[in-house]
Amino acid sequence: MSNHAIAVTVNGTTHRSEVESRLLLVHYLRENLRLTGTHIGCDTTHCGVCTVLLDGKPVKSCTLFAVQADGRNVSTVEGLELGGELHAVQKAFKEEHALQCGFCTPGMMMSAVALLERNPTPSELEIRQAISGNLCRCTGYVNIVKAIQSAAASMRAARHTPVYVPAQQEASPAAT
Amino acid sequence: MIPSSFDYLAPRSIDEAVTLLKTHAGDAKILAGGQSLIPMLKLRLAEPAVLVDINRIPGLAYVEERDGALRIGALSREADLESSAIVRQWYQILVDTAAVIADPLVRNSATICGNIAHGDPGNDHPATMLALDATFVVRGAKGERQIPARDFFLGLFSTALDTDDILTEIVIPRPPERSGGVYLKLERKVGDYATAGVAAQVTLDETGGCARAGIGLTNVGAMPIAAVRAAEFLRNKPLDSATIAQAAEIAASEADPLEDRRGSPEYKRDVVRVLAMRALRLAAARAAGDSLPTPLPFTYAPAQPTMPS
Repeated sequence: MSNHAIAVTVNGTTHRSEVESRLLLVHYLRENLRLTGTHIGCDTTHCGVCTVLLDGKPVKSCTLFAVQADGRNVSTVEGLELGGELHAVQKAFKEEHALQCGFCTPGMMMSAVALLERNPTPSELEIRQAISGNLCRCTGYVNIVKAIQSAAASMRAARHTPVYVPAQQEASPAAT
Repeated sequence: MIPSSFDYLAPRSIDEAVTLLKTHAGDAKILAGGQSLIPMLKLRLAEPAVLVDINRIPGLAYVEERDGALRIGALSREADLESSAIVRQWYQILVDTAAVIADPLVRNSATICGNIAHGDPGNDHPATMLALDATFVVRGAKGERQIPARDFFLGLFSTALDTDDILTEIVIPRPPERSGGVYLKLERKVGDYATAGVAAQVTLDETGGCARAGIGLTNVGAMPIAAVRAAEFLRNKPLDSATIAQAAEIAASEADPLEDRRGSPEYKRDVVRVLAMRALRLAAARAAGDSLPTPLPFTYAPAQPTMPS
């Protein structure tokens, strides 16, 4: 067993912690930082409810140790809302009824955000492929796809603020 | 689920990593993408005393051509293959393969070298590496050596790697003109291991005959299988449908599957036959210059659902 001092930037704020090597990132977010928007589902790298962005790319936070995130940027669902304004993807999920129980929703939205920041005009197939690592057992995905199409349209119409900006790394003393 | 305790070490060079692996011989595992290892740690199928995280070693993430061959570094992720222009142009079979591994989230972390070094017969890249005649560059306590793909896989989760070895680079010679390859996979659902998978890479001669073929099979034996008899059968023959059908029969006979929840041996062998037939046809079409899109995985449900209007 080994303990490690880490500095992880989560939604723009750098957190310094001492963690055990085996602590998973999802547990670090939920238990150490009390950011419980990131869920734990299957715990076996299948379901995607724990999806967060690591330096802007969606990954499963149940399959990454907190110590591996040292010096890196993590974006969670809590970081989507800016200044009291819901993110376009959040608004679209609400308006298009893209959720029923809501358990998969945070991970689903993080995958959607990552897709739309990389590809502002995804086809339906590209949307379905982008969320193929996120399981929803309620909706049948139809309204989720509609919501992502609708969010894409509104993000193209309005000037969108990216969730993750690489230049922000300079604000983190741990990022070298 | 919480893994057993371990010491976490993050070396900054390959030499340092090799020294750590040697010091903790047999008790240490390499952590690269972690997408196979971390689930195994959580299920406690593996309980190494030490994890050597190679992610902090600079210079290991590259997908580039040098000296007539594609080189893939130890820290290149599956997603890097999908987005590489050079891979899309000359090594489409690698894009096909990466695109059906797990799901896009896993592919952002999972490494190509890890997919090979893990020695899991259910992994998809080994069959493709056999079809492409790839070579693996390995660094260990005794220095650097090169292992051809066909000598690398020794059995179930068993490879030619020693406990202090790191697979640092995959080398794939650029296929000559009039070459094409395809990887096809049948899976029960997104992210599943293959019921069976077939990699086919062919080079045509001036008359449209088969100058060279390489065929690899996924998850139909204790290790990835090079269907060498089927590949040899195709040499200097025209790639017409009768010849391809015969080669596919031979490839199916080279599979050695076990009964499991994905099906009976007879069923899996027939899946190999059908996939081999389709893969050889598509590979020949690509070799002849057709630009075919990356195939979607075959599932038991419609592959391309459409939206109700």
